[in-house]
Amino acid sequence: MVQSRRPEIVTALILLAPFLVVYGLLFMYPTIRMVILTFTDSPLIGTGNWVGLANYFRLFSDRLVSASVWNTLYFVLLSVVPSTILGLLIALAVNRLKGWTQSAVLAAFFLPYILPVSVVFRIWGWMLDSQFGIYQYPITFFTGQQNIPIFRTLWLFMPAVAFITVWWLIGFNVLLFVAGLRNISQEIYEASELDGATRWQQFTRITWPLIWPITVLVATIQLILQLKIFDQVYLFAIGGRIDATMTMVQLIYRTAFQKNQGGYGATIAFILFVLIVVVSVLQYQLLRVREQK
Amino acid sequence: MTATAKSLLMRPRFDRVGLLITLLTIFVAIFWLFPIYWALVTSFKPEQDVVQPGIEFWPKNFTFESYTFVVLNTKLAIWYMNSIITSTAITILVVIMSASAGYSISQLNFPGRKFLWWMILASFMIPIPALIINHFVLMNQLNLINTLTGVVLPQLIAPVTVIIYKQFFDSVPKDFRDAAIIDGATELQLLYRLYLPMNWGITTALAIITFIGAWNQFLWPFLVTTTEPMMNVTVGITQVTDAFGVKYARQLATAVLAALPVAALYLIFQRRVTQAIMLTAGIKG
Repeated sequence: MVQSRRPEIVTALILLAPFLVVYGLLFMYPTIRMVILTFTDSPLIGTGNWVGLANYFRLFSDRLVSASVWNTLYFVLLSVVPSTILGLLIALAVNRLKGWTQSAVLAAFFLPYILPVSVVFRIWGWMLDSQFGIYQYPITFFTGQQNIPIFRTLWLFMPAVAFITVWWLIGFNVLLFVAGLRNISQEIYEASELDGATRWQQFTRITWPLIWPITVLVATIQLILQLKIFDQVYLFAIGGRIDATMTMVQLIYRTAFQKNQGGYGATIAFILFVLIVVVSVLQYQLLRVREQK
Repeated sequence: MTATAKSLLMRPRFDRVGLLITLLTIFVAIFWLFPIYWALVTSFKPEQDVVQPGIEFWPKNFTFESYTFVVLNTKLAIWYMNSIITSTAITILVVIMSASAGYSISQLNFPGRKFLWWMILASFMIPIPALIINHFVLMNQLNLINTLTGVVLPQLIAPVTVIIYKQFFDSVPKDFRDAAIIDGATELQLLYRLYLPMNWGITTALAIITFIGAWNQFLWPFLVTTTEPMMNVTVGITQVTDAFGVKYARQLATAVLAALPVAALYLIFQRRVTQAIMLTAGIKG
């Protein structure tokens, strides 16, 4: 089979070439360039001087950086925790249903997930519009106040955007949980029923131990996703107090694209990069541990 | 006696709770769909009815006024074309590249195969939004700022599709391969006549999810396009607003049109979409 070795390598090269070019040019190269850029004072376009670690030291005294980190973490907390818990609850409820009711209810929860963020922005901008939004009626009913500008009220901004994000993305979580629940054999439940187990006991003793690996998967996927939050926060903050609600990707955008500080912007990007890689490694380890069990 | 009545007699305590949970589930599902419904019906109302006090659950005066206005008087048609062109290009290129790369790694022997596989697995972790600055700099060097090619290129990075293809090609029985080789098939024929057709379902699923992802992409098209004629739908409808005050029905009509292709794809190919999403999350569905 020695003769067939050479053509095989050639074929492999041909088949791999497009992928390798894209991967090298658009992935490896920009990643390496980003790290180099963090040591310079370059503008967005053009070259700059080597400044060593100056950009990194600057991070610590920059109040906008710490604010953006806190805002990002706050958003992560407000979106990941509810969407994981609610996702599990909805999946448990969906899993009980049968036939077409189950598919219809599942589709209802999943449909928002495939919408573009701009459409989600338009829909909820209209639902919560301070003048004509339909949800102003229940808000007035419960608080007694009229025409609350939700996206212009600082303390309401993040919870509202997080709520919308949960509405938007929960279908993904529900889907994963439902897949996990379907893998649990029905016989275990039947056996436990004969032993007189209550619903609560069935959940704590059977469902939860078997579903928690999926919970870890869902929560960490959402965590990694929401650390990269930009779209919704950016869109809803247009015309508002952008600085007060700024997240990390938004700050990268602001620093590099609006203030034209490519080097410093890349430094913030690199911090986000490291943060997400660390979380991803932790996720991988967590998921591997359960596989070895 | 019906089955439900029988079970009611057997377990009366449980089923009252069960019924309550079912009703609650359906209520929450309706709550979940309501914003989409409300945006839809609002887009079919005349603008002056939209801003009337009170709640009108079905349009009294049903009209396509807002739709005809946004199609004829905004750049929506151009944005739509841009979205279709870029999303289709991304889908085709990603599927071809990933299938070929996945096939090589799965079936061919070449030096550095293991290393490449580990690189791809590791790149799963790298956050693309952290690369926006350098993508922009690179597109500028290539003179691709504000071009459709510039929109497409950075969205071609898709390690997940390569991983999924590799795993599916791994599970094709070796016997098929050996038989085809005896018949004199070349590697390319093996890929396009045997491996791809055998995994047609996966290709459909991955193509649909790639298209939806490309259509919905916001951050990168937003950064790389600088003039209205180059924008795609998701960027255009948020960046260009009416100069004559807020027109709710028109805004919602553009939103409905922007969502139409992906919503239709999902409703037609529900099973494929959910399968693809579970695969990308690492669950074999």
